[in-house]
Amino acid sequence: MPFLTDRKRVMGLGAAGTGTDHHWHQTLLSAGLVVLVPLFLLTFGRILGAPWEAIVLYYSQPFPALVAVLTLTVGWIHFAKGVQVLIEDYVQGFARKALIVVTTCLGYAAALASVYALARLAL
Amino acid sequence: MVQLTLPKNSRITTGKTWPKPEGANRLKTFKIYRWSPEDGNNPRVDTYFVDLDTCGPMMLDAIIKIKNEIDPTLTFRRSCREGICGSCAMNIDGINVLACTYGIEEVSGDVRIYPLPHMPVVKDLIPDLTHFYAQHASVMPWLETTTTEPAKEWKQSIEDRKKLDGLYECIMCASCSTACPSYWWNGDRFLGPAALLHAYRWIIDSRDEATGERLDQLEDPFKLYRCHTIMNCAKTCPKGLNPAKAIQSIKKMMVDRRI
Repeated sequence: MPFLTDRKRVMGLGAAGTGTDHHWHQTLLSAGLVVLVPLFLLTFGRILGAPWEAIVLYYSQPFPALVAVLTLTVGWIHFAKGVQVLIEDYVQGFARKALIVVTTCLGYAAALASVYALARLAL
Repeated sequence: MVQLTLPKNSRITTGKTWPKPEGANRLKTFKIYRWSPEDGNNPRVDTYFVDLDTCGPMMLDAIIKIKNEIDPTLTFRRSCREGICGSCAMNIDGINVLACTYGIEEVSGDVRIYPLPHMPVVKDLIPDLTHFYAQHASVMPWLETTTTEPAKEWKQSIEDRKKLDGLYECIMCASCSTACPSYWWNGDRFLGPAALLHAYRWIIDSRDEATGERLDQLEDPFKLYRCHTIMNCAKTCPKGLNPAKAIQSIKKMMVDRRI
């Protein structure tokens, strides 16, 4: 064990100078989802089980298409940020950094895939 | 990964059961955590029986009675016996309390007494609070000013003084920090509820001139933002304070100075 003073251990590398942005973005995304999720359930529920042609026609309208694309992108970005917090809580060392990279890539890739899928349907 | 099981040499075993006092009518059973660094044994839980007819009403009375009359090797901190010093903070019946202000009658059945959770143990019921105190010192718990000191005193309005109520009363017993899961998992970097409550006490002090520097020091994903408003701190605080609210206020100030 290195001979460090207790104060030195507590100060570590100092404050990172970040954290508030992540907190603020997560708060904003949460507030957005409070509005978007009920709208998504409402619009998606209305067309659930309908034939393919009806779904394509339905999602070519701007309101359900925009609600769906916003819910999915905001949801996946919220997921990426939320999982980062979870990993920071429970995982340490190199695994922490690796998992954050993987889950962030996964979240943004899923958001992009959602946009692509909705674009295929709507356009 | 976080360690979810105790290391082999920390697993608790069944300890000695001490004899019951003769002629006792109202017996209460106390199961107390014992560990000494000197004998190299695993921690154990000893069982003691206390006659409540000849004992004071508080947990600390019983523990002192056990030490005085049954087992003088039982080790614990205590001082004021009235909830001011915070020395006798320990985990009784699953919650962190001050033994001196927690009544024996408040626990039905056997009383289980352990040191504050997730801290290195010095001996028996004494946790090592060195890191906890260093974290407290790191938030600069004193008035920081650059203005020339006034001849008489730093003035403060009655309204501004009221903002310190619910903050200055903290006695640093460590009950809140050691009840916080975020502090358990990341206590090396997360400052914990007690230190952050003290940080806010000085951030909100109208006389202090280092508000920005204090916020800068807390602008960190681990020092401040490990708090997930679990509220164990507020639930367990023996002084009835709300560290979670103070932490939330710091987070709000962090956003306010950006937006």
